[in-house]
Amino acid sequence: MEIFASQFMQYALLGALITGLAAPALGTYLVQRRLALIGDGIGHVALTGVAVGLLTARSPVLTAMLVAVAGAVVIELVRERGRTSGDVALAILFYGGIAGGVFLVNLSASHTNANLMAYLFGSPLTTTGPDLVVMALLSGAVLLVALGLRPWLFAVCHDEEYARVSGLPVRALNLLLAVTTALTVTVAMRAVGLLLVSALMVVPVATAQLLAGGFRATQWLAMGIGVLVAGAGTGFAGLYDTAPGATIVLLAIAGFAVTTLAAAGWRRLRRPRPPEPDGTPVEPPEVMVGG
Amino acid sequence: MTAVLELRHAVAGYPDRPVLQDVSVAVAPGEVLAVLGANGSGKSTLVRVGLGLLPLTSGSATLFGTPVSRFRQRHRVGYVPQRLGAGSGVPATVAEVVGSGRLPRRRVGAGRRPADRAAVERAIAAVGLAARRSEPVATLSGGQQQRALIARALATEPDLLVLDEPTAGVDATSQATFAGTVRDFVAGGGTVLLVAHELGPLADLVDRAVVLHHGRVVHDGPVPAPAGHHAAPGHDHVHPHAPAEPPGIWQGSDR
Repeated sequence: MEIFASQFMQYALLGALITGLAAPALGTYLVQRRLALIGDGIGHVALTGVAVGLLTARSPVLTAMLVAVAGAVVIELVRERGRTSGDVALAILFYGGIAGGVFLVNLSASHTNANLMAYLFGSPLTTTGPDLVVMALLSGAVLLVALGLRPWLFAVCHDEEYARVSGLPVRALNLLLAVTTALTVTVAMRAVGLLLVSALMVVPVATAQLLAGGFRATQWLAMGIGVLVAGAGTGFAGLYDTAPGATIVLLAIAGFAVTTLAAAGWRRLRRPRPPEPDGTPVEPPEVMVGG
Repeated sequence: MTAVLELRHAVAGYPDRPVLQDVSVAVAPGEVLAVLGANGSGKSTLVRVGLGLLPLTSGSATLFGTPVSRFRQRHRVGYVPQRLGAGSGVPATVAEVVGSGRLPRRRVGAGRRPADRAAVERAIAAVGLAARRSEPVATLSGGQQQRALIARALATEPDLLVLDEPTAGVDATSQATFAGTVRDFVAGGGTVLLVAHELGPLADLVDRAVVLHHGRVVHDGPVPAPAGHHAAPGHDHVHPHAPAEPPGIWQGSDR
């Protein structure tokens, strides 16, 4: 492992591992709730925050976090009101976010779009010590919420109506989930970039749910897969001089593809014949109902 | 005596087309009340209003004597929805789903006490799913999924059980298990509000029936005797006009 001898490679690896751990932990709830792309949307919004940071010469991570949190709260409030107009409202927010980012960055003569590219696609190799501290703190907060409040967040994401009947603080939990998503986006921004943030939140979960039988098991397994692909991806990128963020995501997707094929093969092996009817003819076969 | 659940002159639904029109219903402690009616008669709306899921246009709704919007003792109510729409990709085990039914008894962020664990295991055992507690709910049959939902409602050790069409599309074996579970709950002093299209094996448990028609109460008293061909022995109640009830309650749309 001599590629990790230099400090910038060590920092890059650490940053990627932190991201690989935190992103799927939170992403499990987003997948459960069918909001797999919400991380991507908040990533777009966070771009405006990055631009504000670049323009005002403040920490882009800090301004990105603030704008992402604000955007996440707005998205959640829109989602709560209903779905028909929410779809369009979200699109406006997403594209407004990315357009705002590009617009603001171009206002400053010194900062060209090249600087923005680092945040769009990630630049783990430029991670500094203070960056790492911020990332560790943020992902600590993400893990605290995602693991510590699992039963409550699970209940709200699994069956929101039942959670209401149970008297759970549904709205507060939803907002907390939105804010935590924004924090995760900010953490993952350095490692994989804002455009690929969703991938690390979703793809390890998609892989894990093929193998695990329960929610808790899926969450833990997804975190394991996330750490694995983040570490391996960074190593591969260091060895062969590829783009680290993209390498991590492609590795995650390759893992998903292999797992899907293996799971299908395993099922076929275990069930060579079609299953016997189980003697309950009263019950009609499974049907999907729309709308 | 304070009613467990009471609606007074309840009007609810869309502003121009109320689904409930001046409905007054009270469930007494220890009573098993069935709300009957055809599809679209307002049965489910009645349940949603009673649980505070839907606001009233006018009238009042109370749970254990408290207006439903201010009712905080949520652990006293166990709700069994018709089916759980969702079907997300993330699997959940029986124990995880039933465990979420215990949350009204837990403070947010607090750990699980031994009593919480015991109540969840008791509820799973009560519906006969102990052997499948660690299996994903999506792999269970429709009837077993329905039993998991009643276990979730029982996990909070409620005083009132609200059942919305609990036996629709459920196989005969599961219906019998289901009826047994409700019988045990009633024997323990529980109150039941049962909404149904037809009573099936739960019929002999019911103390009183309210029949809704176009959002109004048209009958309040003993369970009406099945009329016409419905009364014939061996009548299997086929509704060619009705949409097929999906047994896979986790397979439905997410509304």
